[in-house]
Amino acid sequence: MNVLVFVGIHTLLAVALNLLLGYAGQISLGHAAFFGLGAYGSAILSTTYEWNPWLAMLVVALAVGGFAFAIGFPILKLKGHYLAMATLGMGIIVYIVFNEWIDMTEGPSGFSGIPNLELGPLVFDSDLKNYYLVWTFVLGCVLLSVNLANSRIGRAFRAIHDAEVAARVMGANARLLKVRVFALSALICAIAGSLYAHVMTFIAPPSFGFNISVELLTMVVIGGLGSIYGSFLGALLLTMLPEFLRFMHDYDIVFYGGLLMLMTIFMPGGLVRGIPDLFRKIAGLRNKKGDAHA
Amino acid sequence: MLELKGITQIFGGVTALDDVSFSIHANQVTGVIGPNGAGKTTLFNIVTGIYQQTSGQVIFEGKDISGIPVERLAAKGMVRTFQNIELFGQMTVLENVMVGLHSRSKSGLFACSFKAPWAIKEERRIREEAHEWLRFVGIEQLAEVQAANLPFGKGRMLEIARAMACRPRMILMDEPAAGLNSQETVGLAELIRKIRDLGVTVVLVEHDMELVMDICDRIVVLNLGRKLAEGTPREIQDNHEVIAAYLGDDE
Repeated sequence: MNVLVFVGIHTLLAVALNLLLGYAGQISLGHAAFFGLGAYGSAILSTTYEWNPWLAMLVVALAVGGFAFAIGFPILKLKGHYLAMATLGMGIIVYIVFNEWIDMTEGPSGFSGIPNLELGPLVFDSDLKNYYLVWTFVLGCVLLSVNLANSRIGRAFRAIHDAEVAARVMGANARLLKVRVFALSALICAIAGSLYAHVMTFIAPPSFGFNISVELLTMVVIGGLGSIYGSFLGALLLTMLPEFLRFMHDYDIVFYGGLLMLMTIFMPGGLVRGIPDLFRKIAGLRNKKGDAHA
Repeated sequence: MLELKGITQIFGGVTALDDVSFSIHANQVTGVIGPNGAGKTTLFNIVTGIYQQTSGQVIFEGKDISGIPVERLAAKGMVRTFQNIELFGQMTVLENVMVGLHSRSKSGLFACSFKAPWAIKEERRIREEAHEWLRFVGIEQLAEVQAANLPFGKGRMLEIARAMACRPRMILMDEPAAGLNSQETVGLAELIRKIRDLGVTVVLVEHDMELVMDICDRIVVLNLGRKLAEGTPREIQDNHEVIAAYLGDDE
């Protein structure tokens, strides 16, 4: 059950990154930073300052969204590799802050004693309760994201991705749209971070490092760029896999690398497009065999 | 309708355009022609806000639009197409045209995410009107095809449909006949006339002389970054300087 809670949190993160990368075509190698800011923000406000956790979650989400909006203007001026480097740098800086600002974050030893979320008499303190809590957020987020993706704003994102100058000629303010999707993406990651902090009641910097950003990227690519449902598939696969790869110990990273390579070569559209294609191919082969026999 | 005043463009010491001035009249088809390297595309990029000219002014409907960013021109009534068609390849043909209605719709991020009633209504209007524009250029049967899979000629039609969906008062086309076969070119000429009959001012940069002489009400000739001549197709055909520029001057 516990693992399904993580599938939910990873789905939130993957959907958020997919809005930015799959739809608007802007890469981020630092998205774990927004996840971490949400988690630490909620942890500090609700534990150290004893705020209401729900209020803390809301304030943190808006603050992280605002922060992303502000840094988005200079960062998203960059394209391609330069954008990747800038977001990578941002992620590393934030990670260092988590480690070094010991007065606030308790540093590398981790922040413990975070309260569970409560809703009236209901305390989200068991795996089952957390499962319902997290998946309520996931369903809401998926629903809103699908709506957005199929609207004029979502189309403008995709248009910028395909042909930026033409999109601008059609009146789409590319610069502002990119910054807005970046902020929205960061906001969703922050909510996922807050949920993570309250579910785990303990957080530490390694959960928000560079390798997590890369893992998120892998989820989005494996699931399918530009498909909200694909993000769920990617999150599901990459969260469940470690459970089955325990016997490989530290060599599971080799498996991930291999998987990513095979996927990009044979299923560049991700699982969400690759699996139907595979079925079609198998059906095609069968038909051919049938013809040969006849 | 559109007035160019002393447009000069210098790229790192090379003068691409040198003090070019002319005006374009409303409800006409105006052709901008000239040999390769005459500065036609540069001029287009300046008018449509993609380049910022070194000096000179672009006046559109009485207002100076020099230096206005590209994305604000659609709302002002000016739109363009590209020489090597710039489609949104991963989107369907219909969705491409729907993006054309971006400047004329306004549901925000939240209205779209939460499917507010007015956003749903607007989305329906966008879809219907996009279908109408596909019908207008005659590719409605391709609505659900992915744009990247269109043959070149159909892609050109789609680009024009998308531009028209902005409801422009002026449309600028950069070599619309490039890459089209003769039958498609005839269709294009018809379409351009239809667009003019809607009251839209058309400006084209074009190499296909037959097309230009056929559909243009007025022609401006550029050569080596300067305006060489302007007039009706007949006047241009009889202009010795123009003939010399195209065929070479043999003194």
